Amino acid sequence: MDGYYAFMLVATAFVLMMTVPALALFYGGMSRSKSVLNMMMMSYVAAAIVGILYVAVGWSMGFGGDGTFFANPFELLWLDGVTTDTYIGVMFQMTFAIITAALISGAVADRLKFSAWVVFVPLWSVIVYFPMAHMVFSCTEDSLVCGRIGAQDYAGGTAVHINAGVAALVLVVLLGKRIGWPREQMRPHNLTLTMLGAGLLWMGWYGFNVGSIVFAGEEGEAFTERFMSETGRTFANTTLATMAAILGWLLVERLIHKKATSLGAASGIVAGLVAITPAAGAVNLSGAVAIGLAAGAVCAWAVGLKYKLGYDDSLDVVGVHLVGGVVGTVLIGVFSTAEGAGGVDGLLYGGGFGSLGDQTLGVVVAVIYSGVLTALIALAIKYTMGLRLDEEDEVNGIDLVAHGESAYDLHSGTSGGGSVLAASTAPAAAPTATNTKTEGASA
Amino acid sequence: MKLVTAVIKPHKWEDVREALETFGVAGMTVSEVSGYGRQKGHTEVYRGAEYDIALVPKIRIEIVVDDADADDVVGIVVKTAQTGRIGDGKVWVSPVETVVRVRTGEQDASAL
Repeated sequence: MDGYYAFMLVATAFVLMMTVPALALFYGGMSRSKSVLNMMMMSYVAAAIVGILYVAVGWSMGFGGDGTFFANPFELLWLDGVTTDTYIGVMFQMTFAIITAALISGAVADRLKFSAWVVFVPLWSVIVYFPMAHMVFSCTEDSLVCGRIGAQDYAGGTAVHINAGVAALVLVVLLGKRIGWPREQMRPHNLTLTMLGAGLLWMGWYGFNVGSIVFAGEEGEAFTERFMSETGRTFANTTLATMAAILGWLLVERLIHKKATSLGAASGIVAGLVAITPAAGAVNLSGAVAIGLAAGAVCAWAVGLKYKLGYDDSLDVVGVHLVGGVVGTVLIGVFSTAEGAGGVDGLLYGGGFGSLGDQTLGVVVAVIYSGVLTALIALAIKYTMGLRLDEEDEVNGIDLVAHGESAYDLHSGTSGGGSVLAASTAPAAAPTATNTKTEGASA
Repeated sequence: MKLVTAVIKPHKWEDVREALETFGVAGMTVSEVSGYGRQKGHTEVYRGAEYDIALVPKIRIEIVVDDADADDVVGIVVKTAQTGRIGDGKVWVSPVETVVRVRTGEQDASAL
């Protein structure tokens, strides 16, 4: 037990690192230089808001008792009655709530008012995430996804990734495209940050997946045996699926676009991690590789859908998290083995279509629940305080307008001549400091 | 006097500088610039979206020389900067009326 407790301390810190700074770096590098600070701030401020809110009502709504959608928010209000020796479990779940909200930010680059984000995040956490966490992770008898449907989700394919991906899709449809998208070029401004962020996400994901082990009351030898065998399995599956997804993504890129890109490798890492998240405990090594390959290849294709369908999901939250989450969650129904954490054979191992059906139903519930309620929250904000920056502020850049800062101070010495020319093709010159003060009010 | 201006590929810059120094060119002004000619830009792909990058990085060298040396300097630049592929750049020569050395006030040939 002591070992398990120490392990959870580390796992929890790792998962927090996934948001601060890993996700912020991953997204920040992909955004434009005029909005990188806002992109990173959306993750940091989500951590602050959701963290405190989680202690207030999140734990109680998720794990304070039974219920189809959520448990009584007042049962364990402000951790009333929760002893400190179980706080680490609360903190671990808190970090999941944080990253799920932060994941959405990648879709709304350059144009969502910062104030709207600060209002959206707590509403969305209480109305959408805390209930989804109850439905999936609490696994009480009445809980919809785990208890009633019986869908397997080891670490959050439905509650975290499908949930955030659907919310991102709904939000960008209501928010609209960025000015100039897709005609104007909006390429990533610093892929080294993105590579670093993807690497840190991979590392942090061991806390996310491996730390998601749940015991069934084992003690002594049985506890140790379960702990060691299951963490070994989830660690190895997480690793192999990620590696396979890198290769899957790069292969599709090489075939279609003739180049294997660094952004493709970074995206493959995340796609693989997303897909193995629900399946980490359910499949064997071959299943992990198959799911990783599928996620890498399918997501590499899915990120192009926004151009065909016309929604400006700026950093591909839908293409990577929604699609990757669906791939991983559904494929449990194919590759899951009875030796795994769920104890169910999938289609490939003679289990028939039962598991596949449960998994698909779990996906459908997550999509509908998150989609409908996110839409209501976003509409409420849109028609009260407004979701979107003024046109002029959007063009000037949200970093200056909302935060009064710019990420980089690059001088045009001999070594900077090229970048000065490149900057002059950007949509507009940066406003002066005095202008910012007067224009900043609307953000 | 003539002003020789050369726009060349960045990776040829060191070769050109060495050759010019060997020839006896005493100084030059160099800048990193962006532009395009017949080469046009290039295409980059990010998550499947193609971006046309119009401007290509180049090195611009400016040298003021005696009339008699202008053809040799142009010849050296062309010889050393040439790869034979599209995008090698341009060299042009323009007349210069006066040159003054700021430190001493010397003029024209003695200022070079």
